Amino acid sequence: MNKSYGLDSDNKVLPVICVITFIVVIWYGFSILLNAPWEFDKAKRNSITLSTTELVSNTWSQKRPKLPTPDQVLGEIWDTTVNKKVTSRRSLIYHVLITFYETIYGFAFGTGLGILLAIGIVYNRATAMSVMPWIVTSQTIPILALAPMIVVALGSVGFGGLVPIVVIAMYLSFFPVVVGMVKGLKSPEQLEIDQMKTWSASKVQILFKLRAPRSTPYLFTSLKLGIAASVVGAIVGELPSGNGGGLGFRMLTGSSFGNTLHIWSGLFAAALLAGSLIAIISIVQRLVLKRMALES
Amino acid sequence: MVQSEVINVSNLDLTFETNDGPVHALKNVNLEINKGDFVSFIGPSGCGKTTLLRVLADLDEPTDGNVTVNGVSPRQARESRAYGYVFQAAGLYPWRTIAANVKLPLEIMGYSKEEQLKRVKKVLELVELTGFEKKFPWQLSGGMQQRASIARALSFDADILLMDEPFGALDEIVRDHLNEQLLNLWKSTNKTICFVTHSIPEAVYLSTKIVVMSPRPGRIVDIIESTLPVDRPLEIRDSKKFIEISQRVREGLRAGHIDE
Repeated sequence: MNKSYGLDSDNKVLPVICVITFIVVIWYGFSILLNAPWEFDKAKRNSITLSTTELVSNTWSQKRPKLPTPDQVLGEIWDTTVNKKVTSRRSLIYHVLITFYETIYGFAFGTGLGILLAIGIVYNRATAMSVMPWIVTSQTIPILALAPMIVVALGSVGFGGLVPIVVIAMYLSFFPVVVGMVKGLKSPEQLEIDQMKTWSASKVQILFKLRAPRSTPYLFTSLKLGIAASVVGAIVGELPSGNGGGLGFRMLTGSSFGNTLHIWSGLFAAALLAGSLIAIISIVQRLVLKRMALES
Repeated sequence: MVQSEVINVSNLDLTFETNDGPVHALKNVNLEINKGDFVSFIGPSGCGKTTLLRVLADLDEPTDGNVTVNGVSPRQARESRAYGYVFQAAGLYPWRTIAANVKLPLEIMGYSKEEQLKRVKKVLELVELTGFEKKFPWQLSGGMQQRASIARALSFDADILLMDEPFGALDEIVRDHLNEQLLNLWKSTNKTICFVTHSIPEAVYLSTKIVVMSPRPGRIVDIIESTLPVDRPLEIRDSKKFIEISQRVREGLRAGHIDE
């Protein structure tokens, strides 16, 4: 007898399918609702009356719908991935790759910066007192307001192209790393610190042999938050950068030209990109922590 | 035989400042420990036995009084790696194998790779853990983990071994076995051992000198020089002498409680 009342991994599939079905049904419903006015206008101009079936099939197959249907979005994604060359600016993969590189660079630099700051904060009281308030303040400024300034400022000193976008991605991704790593580096128990002291270990030795390995679980949690933030940073950074390409750029042009299919396919691609990156980190996390016997 | 003094404590006072006001952890403690002694500190919790051990190890600083270890201050002794310290919990790193855990202090102290291997092999033999080098801590029982932790404290061959209730969390049978092993190890290495415990039989069975302590403020109420022979089979615990010493320890502990 299975006595568990909660959901175990075996029967997760059914609820997920239920929710997705629900969303898809609602989505098709709204497609009719939002796209109908245009159909009515057109019918009026041509002095014809639409039957319900005609209305529905028309609203689900507009060329420039207010809200495209899921099958239209999937069709668009299929068309812009399989049927276009990767090097073409019409290819969705082309834009995904640009955003991917910006994300990875921003994430790498952000993680590096975050770890260095965390070490400084843990080891030096002055650093902790002077830097921590600024780190927190930095995250209270809306990135949408800051992004254009970063692009302009860096552009004026000759750093155009990807650099400002990487900086913005880094700006968003270093924060969870600092916070997580400060906690992680402080996570060894007093006994372990005392033990190191009885061996007269140096601060560097304590860092590398005790604090760093102990902080690994915290690092992975931070990395997952950091990479998600980095994707957002890259997309936001692309908006004011003009013509560089990338998913943010594609969604922005879609918005400017009323091409909702570009917006929605870009949105799906961004979600898929962030999701895959997090999944990759999760897999590495599981392997490493299992190897280190640090699973909690 | 001339006995050389290893540890000297005179007029030691230690007060912790806490949020609830000062706590007098140790008051007017005087003690001499000679080379090769096996000294047990026994008393109820709060009597300062662990604090005293931590002072000797330079993990806590005295408020007043004088402490020397090997003729120098505890800090200098610690920095010259004069002692190995065994904590209540084994404190092994889960990401390191047993051999790598034992090797850790040697890495920190900068021993050569060959020397590290040689010493790890030797101390694992001493605690009878040969064959477990490549196991991880979670694959070992609590008693074996504590033995590995003792091996680690022995690895850099300090003359003094400070042990803070190392077998406190283990069951009686394992404890008896480890006590026997510890005595053998002490006899074969001629180290000076300071051993904190709250078990009377353990203290009497192991020690050449038993320091009975009492709380509030933490102080020494009796120091007993054991008259038991050096060779001590487990059965010695049924002997008349053993029972007499146990009684004296018990009286000391009780006396400490009466004058509260």
